[in-house]
Amino acid sequence: MTDRLDLDNKLFEQTGEREMFVNFGPSHPSMHGVIRIKLIADGEFVKKTEIDIGYLHRGFEKECESGPYTHCFPYTDRLNYVSPLINNFGFALAVEELMELKVPERAEYIRVIMSELSRITDHLTCIGASAMELGAFTAFLYMMKAREWIYELIESVTGAHLTISYARIGGVKADLPAGFTDHCLKVLKETARVLDEIDVLLTRNRIFYDRTRDTGIITRDEALGYGVTGPFLRSTGIEYDVRKDFPYHVYDRFDFEIPVGWRGDNYDRYLVRMEEMRQSISIIRQALKTIPEGPTLVDSKGNLIDAAKMVDLGKSGQTDNLVNLEARVEPTLEGSEKRIHSQIRDPNFKAGLPPKDQTYTNIEALMNHFMIVMDGHGIRPPKGESYAFVEGGNGELGFYVVSDGTDHPWRVRCRPPCFPIMAGLHNILERGQIADIVATFGSVNMIAGELDR
Amino acid sequence: MDQKSILDLIREKFSDSIIETHSRLGQDTVVIEKTRLIDLAGFLKEDPELKFNILADLTAVDYWKKNPRFEVVYHLLSLDNRPRLRVKTPVGEDDCTAPSLCKLWPAANWYEREVFDMFGIRFEGHPDLKRILMYPGFKGHPLRKDYPKTRHQPIVKYRDLPVHGNPNTTTHRKNKDD
Repeated sequence: MTDRLDLDNKLFEQTGEREMFVNFGPSHPSMHGVIRIKLIADGEFVKKTEIDIGYLHRGFEKECESGPYTHCFPYTDRLNYVSPLINNFGFALAVEELMELKVPERAEYIRVIMSELSRITDHLTCIGASAMELGAFTAFLYMMKAREWIYELIESVTGAHLTISYARIGGVKADLPAGFTDHCLKVLKETARVLDEIDVLLTRNRIFYDRTRDTGIITRDEALGYGVTGPFLRSTGIEYDVRKDFPYHVYDRFDFEIPVGWRGDNYDRYLVRMEEMRQSISIIRQALKTIPEGPTLVDSKGNLIDAAKMVDLGKSGQTDNLVNLEARVEPTLEGSEKRIHSQIRDPNFKAGLPPKDQTYTNIEALMNHFMIVMDGHGIRPPKGESYAFVEGGNGELGFYVVSDGTDHPWRVRCRPPCFPIMAGLHNILERGQIADIVATFGSVNMIAGELDR
Repeated sequence: MDQKSILDLIREKFSDSIIETHSRLGQDTVVIEKTRLIDLAGFLKEDPELKFNILADLTAVDYWKKNPRFEVVYHLLSLDNRPRLRVKTPVGEDDCTAPSLCKLWPAANWYEREVFDMFGIRFEGHPDLKRILMYPGFKGHPLRKDYPKTRHQPIVKYRDLPVHGNPNTTTHRKNKDD
């Protein structure tokens, strides 16, 4: 070995060049995204790196500013295209906070279930792809198989595989289909089995362990300084998860744990992601047990309460709030479909789209639909600003929405969770060798769609 | 430490340069002159009771036709006691600069590059301020409101597509169209 190194040194002395410039990406088989890493290598060791992003910039923020609020959802699908549902709900949450709109309970449960399904697909993709890049093709195939089951499940709810646009401001597009619970439980059972298989294949695999343990280490201070969140931060032992620390939707009602690592290396991140998937499965099972009946979208004028309750409120003189409420009528009661408070309602306050079956069969609903979707009408949140954040697959996914009182958002800012990780990645890479880049970059789970927007 | 007292603390300490504080929608916000921004940020980060150790987000908003035109927005998070704070600082169009916070939070490096790329706000004291999402030869700053959405600036020149059938309905794209 020493002879070899001496020879190398002699060769270097003769040529006068010791360091070599290597261009990694933007289109490279072991990069799962278009990104370019320029690095200076000394033999196998990485001396200096510079990361160049922006190859998938589509102008998400500019496009969102140019249309009504409801038109932003299809764009959010394309941010993190592995878990599009979480992006949908994050943006909806920001606008709902701006409007101070309360989402029906059933819709919140559905959002939790769908978010957790998306989190599983996200982590499955991440671990599967990075295992494949390290040579474990079987693990990749198994995980893609499980991901496909979940995508089919999502398709049965949203109607699309990837470009789902399922969230609506004030709820979700449609209720869960018939037989969803059984289908979902079956998929979860099978997925849990796949996770056990992956556990056997990877966790104590000598090659996988050697490639990931103690490579790509990020220290706690670095992670905090760069604003890293999600599994990357948790692998360093910091217990920060938006679902626990700032519970949104109904996450505070479920019993789940936040797995943390200790060393902050690639192996810890693998373990954290594996455990998070199990926790997600547990959350979905709890949610399916306790999901209440009810509407999945606020009605077109805001909030929805029982007609009888509304009558009670009126009788007791609490009429201040009634303007924003609408009665949920019981169709079997005679005459109750007549809306008692139609005269006192603010005609400009609109929130949710009417259900699709109503839109296609009923002129009133069709009109309401167009009043929301048409340019120049639509949802008008009051002037203000709101920053809403959810726990995405890679960490805190934030949406900062500024409204100027019109139907177009003045500014939509997406805080992509992998942006800060990529900003700090050069520090991590410069400590390792060229071969570690593949393992580390796999565990970042960079999604170019949300990184470049 | 509860949220109200953070705003009180900041108001006491920086009373001369605070423009506004409010907590609308439950989100605490401080608007401060950009000359004291670094002092405030350093105070928020180093103060043992506050310890805002994560810069969660940094962006800007273009309030076109208003004065001052831009507003740089910082979202801070403290992991020890989990409060959040939004700090905003107005930036005028004539003096389109803001102080860089790279020394306090390294995260600011890329965020500030992005804001420079998209809005053209220069950050003073930034180690390497250059475009990040757009390519170096790009002209203009796309998220400014006076940048038209339909302007094409291809890095590789568009080639003329072959014309089929009626030449009036061609997909031919002009090279310089605004």
